[in-house]
Parts: sequence; C-alpha cells; structure tokens
Amino acid sequence: METIDARPRVRVPRTARADEVVQIRTLINHPMENGHRVDAEGNTVPRHIINRFVCTFNSQTVVEIDIEPSLSADPFIEFEARVSESGTFQFAWFDDNGDMYQASGNIEVS
Amino acid sequence: MRLCANTTPCREGQEEMEETMNITRRKALAFGAAGVTLTLLPLTAQAVTDAQVLIDRFTGGAAIVDGPLTITAPQIAENGNAVGVEVECPGAKSIRVLAPANPNPEVATVHFGPLAGRHALSTRIRMAETMDVIALAEMEDGSFVQAAATVRVTIGGCGG
Repeated sequence: METIDARPRVRVPRTARADEVVQIRTLINHPMENGHRVDAEGNTVPRHIINRFVCTFNSQTVVEIDIEPSLSADPFIEFEARVSESGTFQFAWFDDNGDMYQASGNIEVS
Repeated sequence: MRLCANTTPCREGQEEMEETMNITRRKALAFGAAGVTLTLLPLTAQAVTDAQVLIDRFTGGAAIVDGPLTITAPQIAENGNAVGVEVECPGAKSIRVLAPANPNPEVATVHFGPLAGRHALSTRIRMAETMDVIALAEMEDGSFVQAAATVRVTIGGCGG
C-alpha cells in the first residue's frame, strides 16, 4: 500500500475569552477512494477512505465523526468548540489502511 | 465504460452517466455493501425508498418530530465532487448526512462531545446527480429530526 502524503492542516484561534465558542477548520490531503472508481487498466480501485475523525481539547471530546465514502476527497471539516481554559486541541484522522494522521493546535484563554 | 477519477469532473454524456450510476448501484446492492435490508429491495427501487430505508436504519423506525435542525446547501452545484453542506441542530447528540442517490448514500455522522460549541458541521460532499440531501439529528431525549435540501448538480461527482 502506498503511503499518503496527508499533510493535515488545522486552523485554531490563538486566543479566546473563557467560555467562548471558537471555530475550528481542518483539511487533510486524502484521495478518499470510494471503491467504485475504475482505473485506466479497467481494474476497480479498492476503497481507501478516512473513516473516522476525532477532535479533543485537553483530552475531552469536541466532536467524533464517522465518515463514509460520499465525503469528498481531501476532507474539509469545520465545527465549533467551547473553551473554558487554555490548552491544546488534538486532531486525529483514521483511514482504511489503519494509518492515523495527527495534528494539534494551542489556544490561550484569558 | 470508464468511471471518472474522483478529482476530475465527469465528461461523459448524461445518458451514459445514468447507466453508469445504475450499474454501480446494482453492484452495491448485489454485494450487500449497505446491509441486509437494502438487498431485499427490488433492484429497481426508487431513490425515495432507498432514502427511507437509510433513515429507518438510523432512527430504528422511530417517528420523526419537528425540531431545530437546519441544512444549508447550494441550490445549484456545478461540481458534484465537492458540494459544501452545513448542518446545525442545537441540542442534538449526533447528526447524520445522507446523499440518497449516491452509490454509497451515507456521507458522515457527527457525534457532539461535551466541549462542542454550536452543534454544527460544515463539510464537502460528493453528489452523483441532482437530489435531496438529507440530514437526520438524534436529540438528547432520543427523538429524531429530519431536514432536506434540494441541490441541482450540473456535473456529477462520478462513482459517488
């Protein structure tokens, strides 16, 4: 199996006030092969997608997403989190090959 | 016949495109990728029926009630490979997004944790053809809310 140069990117605000709701945006490079595509030689390209995404803040869950083949290639995910203290957002993407891709972002809460 | 790469728009004619979609859906049904209930349906099942089966699978057949679920999607999408969709539902435990006419109708299910802010998700989805995108929210009390938005797709995101 070829390894994917996934390059996960996240956008987390640097600062926030206590109990503020902040917007989080994430993007990761992944072909999201849905298992239906046929290559130039007529072979079906096996399914290979990111099937799960998890975001936590200081070890508490913000969102967990079960992902299916109808999500676009290079999955873009945007959601919101409520922060009451300074800390670190941890992001993890899991794909069908068992690979995990990670990113993190710090936020200063005043 | 050749299905398009995920990253390139479909250039085939509409007729051939529809044929392609049928075949892929049949394959999906025949191999039971989507589960037992779906394989029991006639192969000619309408998208509406498929959608209802998918809805029932998420809700367990529970009644749909009114609620604050909203789904935001463009009326017309030029490229079915990436259609921006936002779902929001205050008080929801989870929200599932479905694109019923795709070969794989399920798109994603978001579960909100204790630190979720606004219970919303924005993402980009594949759409094979013009259809109603469906959002289903499971509320804290175990009830379900449904919303849909019609998106006209000019060029399908081939292969679903």
